Parts: sequence; structure tokens; C-alpha cells
Amino acid sequence: MKYVDEFRDPEKAKLLIDEIAAVTGQIETTQQRPLQLMEFCGGHTHTIFRYGIEQMLPKAIELIHGPGCPVCVLPMGRVDDCVTLAERPNVIFTTFGDAMRVPGSKKSLLQAKADGADIRMVYSPLDALDLARNNPEKEIIFFALGFETTMPSTALTVLQAEQDNVRNFSLFCNHITTVPTIKAILDSPDMQIDGFLAPGHVSMVVGARPFDFVAETYEKPLVITGFEPLDILQSIWMLLKQLNEKRHDVENQYVRIVPENGNEPGMDALSKVFELREFFEWRGLGSIDHSGVRMRDEFAAYDAERKFSVPNLKIADPKSCQCGEVLKGVIRPWECKVFGTQCNPETPMGALMVSTEGACAAYYNFGNLDELLKKREAVGT
Amino acid sequence: MKNQAVVNLRQRNKICRANTITMAHGSGGKAMRDLIGDVFVGAFDNEELNKLEDQARFDLKSLTAVGDRLAMTTDSYVVDPLFFPGGDIGKLAIAGTVNDLAVGGARPLYLTCGMIIEEGMSVDDLRYIAASMRETADQADVKIVTGDTKVVPRGAADKLFINTAGVGVIPAGINLGSHLAQPGDAVIINGYIGDHGAAIVDARGELALQNTIESDCQPLYSLIHTMLQVCPEIHCMRDATRGGIATVLNEFAIASNVCIRLNEKALPVRDEVRGMCEILGLDPLYLANEGKVVAIVPAPMAEKVLQAMQGHPDGSHSTIVGEVTEKPATTVILSTLFGGERIVDMLVGEQLPRIC
Repeated sequence: MKYVDEFRDPEKAKLLIDEIAAVTGQIETTQQRPLQLMEFCGGHTHTIFRYGIEQMLPKAIELIHGPGCPVCVLPMGRVDDCVTLAERPNVIFTTFGDAMRVPGSKKSLLQAKADGADIRMVYSPLDALDLARNNPEKEIIFFALGFETTMPSTALTVLQAEQDNVRNFSLFCNHITTVPTIKAILDSPDMQIDGFLAPGHVSMVVGARPFDFVAETYEKPLVITGFEPLDILQSIWMLLKQLNEKRHDVENQYVRIVPENGNEPGMDALSKVFELREFFEWRGLGSIDHSGVRMRDEFAAYDAERKFSVPNLKIADPKSCQCGEVLKGVIRPWECKVFGTQCNPETPMGALMVSTEGACAAYYNFGNLDELLKKREAVGT
Repeated sequence: MKNQAVVNLRQRNKICRANTITMAHGSGGKAMRDLIGDVFVGAFDNEELNKLEDQARFDLKSLTAVGDRLAMTTDSYVVDPLFFPGGDIGKLAIAGTVNDLAVGGARPLYLTCGMIIEEGMSVDDLRYIAASMRETADQADVKIVTGDTKVVPRGAADKLFINTAGVGVIPAGINLGSHLAQPGDAVIINGYIGDHGAAIVDARGELALQNTIESDCQPLYSLIHTMLQVCPEIHCMRDATRGGIATVLNEFAIASNVCIRLNEKALPVRDEVRGMCEILGLDPLYLANEGKVVAIVPAPMAEKVLQAMQGHPDGSHSTIVGEVTEKPATTVILSTLFGGERIVDMLVGEQLPRIC
């Protein structure tokens, strides 16, 4: 298939793997400990597992799978709020598909749907707006989630609703931001990460500059990375080159999509509708300052949190889950006490087992479970 | 020869003049008799059915002439939408049950047809579906010999549900079983995977993709018969419906305690289907098919079976997609296009489209 196969060419992959091995060999520190590279985004995690990239890399490179899966980091209390909203009479609750299975403290949206709530999967917030137009007697709530990638489309939908005076449409806003989260990871005392593969689609919106602090303040190299397997290999090679040359710059591998300054009309729409929250709760990571957005006062009429009463209870993650440590790269998914046993994709306990882009689900689905479980026993965790 | 009394009976009544189904059509009275006689018996029309007894009756001798074991199966069809590119619920209800018999090595002979109709359903749509069932039954050389019709109030079912059960006979010497895969065997599939699943997603119209993906819905008996004539020793066969070929191969790997290694390069996937999967984050290995047979064939016979399949109109795109190995047992492994390897596990729940 055109524009896809070119980025999956096994011959080019071999060349890159050889280059990666050569550069890795030149980096002195790999004698003492493996290099830890974090791919922030769940889309990258998915590609890495789907194409078996991890096993193609030299042993001296460890990939740490970051928190960039918005479905995974959604705290249980917010899922409970979704269920409460969805179970209100006269409401059609709309959501992206992969949020359906995320467990709340009592039930997931999938279970709420089975119990009779009118919950519909949509592929775009505009589909939800159409539902609002076609069902004027109903309240349509759109479950807005995702990083900066999905924010412009939600913002533009709200602006469209306002312009067309559609009053029975509102957002339950759970959008989260990338930069404060990377900062929180970098500030964590047990952090050992040597370099970052930065999210390509977020950068398509915000541009490259918001990541400068990683290079300038924390002196870590960062490469903005695309989502095809060759993109990822090339970005790993670019990171290794920086490490070998003792540089720490922000580089852009995904130039075919990411403009230096991002998508300005998208950013305009985004800042018109949203403002930063003081803090936002993340599953596994806890509360992070300025890591989420809410709707500005001018758009209160479109804010489901203000339009309807939402319990907004804080529900602690199950104690046995070690999602936070996995997210920060302190332990690998299979080292978690409940991985693959109590916590599996059928009955996920932790966030990372929920979506196919979650690190634990990726290990579970695409890894060799028995081998991983044996490894875990050997480590004695 | 048709029984004259039966012909007279049929001519005396049985014209359904209603445009939509009402509860009266399920009441057991004249409306129901007219509906069944006109729409269903009229379309399926065969000697056994036309007798309108409460059961179909078979002559045992004619069955034992075909083989030495009976095969029986049942399946219910609830597809939404009822009509989709490449087929409709009626075609599906015949092809699906025929295929479940055929992959056991049986020659499908007789089907039953149970209809659960939601009040308000269009009679013209029912006629179309019944005609499509007849056409598919003819294609597969099976007869619909008995049936049942129920009407339920609006909301109690979604437009139309169909159940078909089927009886077939397995010729002596054919022994297929999912536990029979052996290391060295070849894995063969009769063409493009995921067409049905993709066509249904597309036909639901939620995506506004401009596509022309058609369901692969088709009866497979004729193709399977050709395969078994070339090689009666084929080890395993299943039609890969819900859960896609990934699910079928996992079932083989577990039942036979072997590893199945797939070669991604060899997997036949249409560009349109791949495109949709790329957009939605779906995996064609898990997408439903309705006209695909996965066969595990002893290696020395693989080339011969493949050629026979490619020479058949329902198998012209047949390919060898992988092989059976000993270890790691009970696992399906995919060698990716990219040169890596990954495990292809059973699907948990429904494939849900990802958000970004």
C-alpha cells in the first residue's frame, strides 16, 4: 500500500539496525548499564510490539514505555463520573471506542451500556454533534479525552456547536497535556532515562519548541518520532547518535508531518476553548500540576461538569497495582506483582492493561507470557 | 412429481398483501399462513418443504449412500445492517451453516430456517432475503426443508434474526479434526482475509469512508469438496468467521499442541481493508470472514491442494500463509513484514477502534 509500505521496508530496517548496533557499541556507558530510552506515546508502544522492534535492538538498549496512552491514565473516579453522566435520564453519552472497557470503581461504560444506559461509540466529536442536531429532545455528552492531538478537533466542535446554536451538546472534558507529564517523569527521583522519543502527533499540533526544556533544563536528548516502524528505528538511531556525541538537542524525525511551530489554527481553537487546570489526577502517576485542561468560563454552557452534577470522587488505584512504577520505567510490566495473573486484558486492574496501547496489555498480547512470568519469578518480585 | 393436493392447497391461498409485518403475522392465523406460504415456502419451494408437515423426513438409504456419518450444526444470524455490499442476512444464513458442515468434511444436504421478525419489518425486504436464501441454497446444492416463523413486538428484536440448522453426511475415509495438525504441515487459506468484517464496518456508514469493500460471504462446499478429492488426508479445516483467522489458528494450535507460524508477507489482505485497519487501528487477522476456509495440509500434498484451490473460482487467490512447527506449543507466531516476530493471541472482547 502506498505511503505505508515504504515505512515498513525490511531491507531499510536491516540497515538501520546495523547502524544502531554500531553506534551503541561506541557509547561507553553501555558497558555498565543498558541505555534507557522512553517512548512517551502509546502509539509508539503499539508499533514497537506489533513489529517486534524490541527484539531487533541490541541488548544494551532498553525501551521504557511511557504514559502516553490517554485511556490508560484515566483515573477510576473519572470513569465513575462518565457512568453517572451516561446513566442520567434523557442522555446519550458518546465516546471513542477504546474508552468503553476502562474499569471504574463499580463498572465500565461497556457494563453501563449493558445495564441500559444509552452509550454510543463515535469516531469523531463531530459525530456526537450530529447526534445532538438529530435528537434535539436529548442531551448529548461527548467524552473528550486525549492529549493535544485530539484537543483541536474537540475545540472546533464546541466552536461549531456555539456558532450553530446547538444547546443540547456538551463535553465531559478529560484532555491532558504532554509537557507537564514529561516534566513530572524527569523530576521523579528514581528516573534513569537517557533519552526520549517524543510523540509525533502531539507535536503536529504544538510544534517542537515546547520540548526544548528537556534538552535545555534536563540535558536529555529528544527526538520527535513518527509512528511507522522505520520512523521508530531512525529515531532511536538519532538518539543514540546524540548520546554518542554527548549532545542533548531537540530533533525532529517526523518532518513530513510536524512543522516547527505546530498547527497554528489548531492551537488558536484550542486556546480559545480550553484553559489549564491547576492540576489533574493521573492513574498510576497521581496528581500532576497543569497536566489537564478544562473549558473556559465562556463555554460553561458546553461543559458537562458544570451543566450536570458530577460526583468527582477521588478513587485510589488498587494497592497491588504498580502502574506508576511501570510508567516511570522503574520496573518493567512483567515485574508487577499482579501482571498476567489478577491483572489481564479480560479483567484489567491497572490502567496499563486496558487499552491495546497500554504497556502491560502490549506485553500481554504480543509478548510470550510464560517466559515473562518465569522471568518475574526468577527476579523474585 | 408434485402432489396435486398440495399444489391445490398452495394455489388456494397464500398471498401476503401486507407491506409491513405486524403481530398478526405471528398469531398462527391466516396472516401467518399467507406470509409463510407466499414469502418463505414460495421462495424455498421444494418437495419436502411443500408438504408443510411439522417435520422434514429423510430416507436413511439415500443418506448412507453418501457416507457413513451424519454431521449436524446450527448457527444464528443477527447481522446489522441486514443488507451489505456482497450479501445480506439471508445469504449469510445459508452460506454460514453450509460452511460449518463443509469444513467437517460433510456434504451439506438439508437446512432448517427459523425466522424471528420484529414487528414493522418490510415484507419486500423479507421477500428479497428469502429469494437470496434460495439462490444461495441452490448454489450450495442444499434444500431448506422445514422452518419456523415468529413475530416479536417492536424493540424485542432488531429487525430480523435468522437461525439455520443443517444436516450433512461425511463420506467414509474423511477424518478432519482441529487436534490433528502436525509439525511440518502447511497452512493454506483460500484468499483475501477480513473482507466481511471490513464490509460490515463500512456498511454501517459511521465512518463516511468512500469504499467498495464487499463481503466475501459464499458457500464453500464446492471448493472444499475439490480440496478433499485431491487430498482426503487434510488434517484440519475451519471457516474463519468471527474472530478471524487468528482465532481459528489459535484453536488449532491449542487442540493439536503445536505452534503455527504465519508469514505476514504471504497474508492476502486487500488494500482497502488494510487502509481501513490502518485508520481504525484494527488487525485484519481478527476481522470476520464469511467465505474463507483455513486448512492444515500435510506438507507433501500442500502444493497439489493449493493448485486445485487456485483452479476453483472460490479459491483463485489461495495462498500458503504459514507452517506448523513443534515449539512453542499452543502458540501462533507471526513473522512480521518488518523482520520481527510477535505472538498472535486470541482476542479479548471486541476489537475497539483506538482514539489517536
